[in-house]
Amino acid sequence: MRKLFIQRYTDNQRINHWMVVVCFGLAGFSGLALFHPSMFFLTNLFGGPQWTRVLHPYLGIAVFVLFLLMFLAFWRVNTWKREDSQWVEKAPKLVFEGDESQMPPVGKYNAGQKLVFWSMTLSLIVLLCTGVLFWQAWFANSVPIPVQRVAVVLHALAAFIMSLTAVVHIYAAIWVKGTLRAMTQGTVSAGWAKRHHLLWYRDKMEGQARVPDQRAG
Amino acid sequence: MSTLQSLDIAKRSAVTTPTPDVRREIPQVAKLIDVSSCIGCKACQSACMEWNDLRDDIGTCHGVYDNPMDMTPQSWTVMKFSEVEVTPGRLEWLIRKDGCMHCEDPGCLKACPSPGAIVKYANGIVDFISENCIGCGYCVKGCPFDVPRISEKDNKAYKCSLCADRVAVSQEPACAKACPTGAIRFGSKEDMLTYGEGRVTELKTRGYDKAAVYNPDGVGGTHVMYVLQHGDKPELYSNLPANPSISPMVAIWKGLAKPVALATMIGAAVVAFFHHMKQGPLEVPEDDEDYVADGQPNVVGASPGERTHVNDA
Repeated sequence: MRKLFIQRYTDNQRINHWMVVVCFGLAGFSGLALFHPSMFFLTNLFGGPQWTRVLHPYLGIAVFVLFLLMFLAFWRVNTWKREDSQWVEKAPKLVFEGDESQMPPVGKYNAGQKLVFWSMTLSLIVLLCTGVLFWQAWFANSVPIPVQRVAVVLHALAAFIMSLTAVVHIYAAIWVKGTLRAMTQGTVSAGWAKRHHLLWYRDKMEGQARVPDQRAG
Repeated sequence: MSTLQSLDIAKRSAVTTPTPDVRREIPQVAKLIDVSSCIGCKACQSACMEWNDLRDDIGTCHGVYDNPMDMTPQSWTVMKFSEVEVTPGRLEWLIRKDGCMHCEDPGCLKACPSPGAIVKYANGIVDFISENCIGCGYCVKGCPFDVPRISEKDNKAYKCSLCADRVAVSQEPACAKACPTGAIRFGSKEDMLTYGEGRVTELKTRGYDKAAVYNPDGVGGTHVMYVLQHGDKPELYSNLPANPSISPMVAIWKGLAKPVALATMIGAAVVAFFHHMKQGPLEVPEDDEDYVADGQPNVVGASPGERTHVNDA
């Protein structure tokens, strides 16, 4: 007997994701270094304070461009459906009691995952637009100072929201066992899919009518 | 420009702990610029260039006396000429020496993310310590007077240092020394305020009823002050702000947002950790249906009906 798996992500999608992870981590830590004095030591990771200031915007652009590829690949399956609102209503029971029995069946992504997707998307749009406005090396001198002042606050706010989203995203992957392999190997177990993404599971198994036969054989 | 060990430091940018503070009674200094005595000769501009070894690019004539038109990384002080008619038919030529105001509560220092790149000396002088400057331009957003200039050559911020190097050895700033009419004076802040009040009294006897010393409260007072003939209308003097203060955007960004956001981000990770310690992982129960016989393809592929072998446990 061997465990049955379902392909969830292609090799390219996983590579894309991990490139976003690396660039987001670097952009995030370099940004954090310049946000709070207690985090300034992080500039040591980037070759010093000057280099942190130089690199941060480019790392940010890398995150945006790489995420854009993911956005194009996944935005369709992340559109909000009526059952997503129901899922959100029931979510506290799942999160605080670990009780999944009440959750409405979902497709490839549940409402929580969709919220993460859109939170990341919107945060990155705000981060790019505001970041460009006070990018000293290229644009800041041609932007009115009052505009830059609003931009820095929105930039910090969007980065804050994106960081919290990342914490939720990472923890959810740790908490829900069997999830991480979707990003390391591209597959999830059939049991995982059936339990957490029943509609997607059915969809994937539809052309797989011979499964029981194979098992019997 | 560089750290002066001979001057005590009262405040350093991006530092959350107190600076050395055992020495007391360090007198506050100030520069007083009496606009009513200024003849616009630009000796102060030249002296600033000479003392600080600055040579701006040769510009072009814009048809006015202002030269250069605005402060630059190489021009830390600039005479701004305004032609106004406060009383109709009576032209007045108001000449203001523009430059860093050396705020008691400096917005640049508040905004700066690099520890010790901006310092306020105990005598009140605000100075940029270039070796710590990272060129981010946050000081530009923090400043209520639009003073700091970021060099495109070396990505460092520059502005008037109030000749901190000269003051450290009991010299007056170069501009004050060069001024031929005594319009620029330098001394203790107390003395300068007293002198300024005297000038204001005199101006009032000459018909300037609204004459005043410009020492705005919004930034805690400044260590560069003006005597203005029209103290009620500082905007007349090339848009000198009437009520300058650190922008509320900068105050939020560098005030509450910093500790609250950092604590929340760390808090979120801590909450996640304890959630796991309480709830444990969300596991999938074993089910025979989720297995296939040995030798059978065991991965449902991306395209419909596709199934492949993967050597996997």
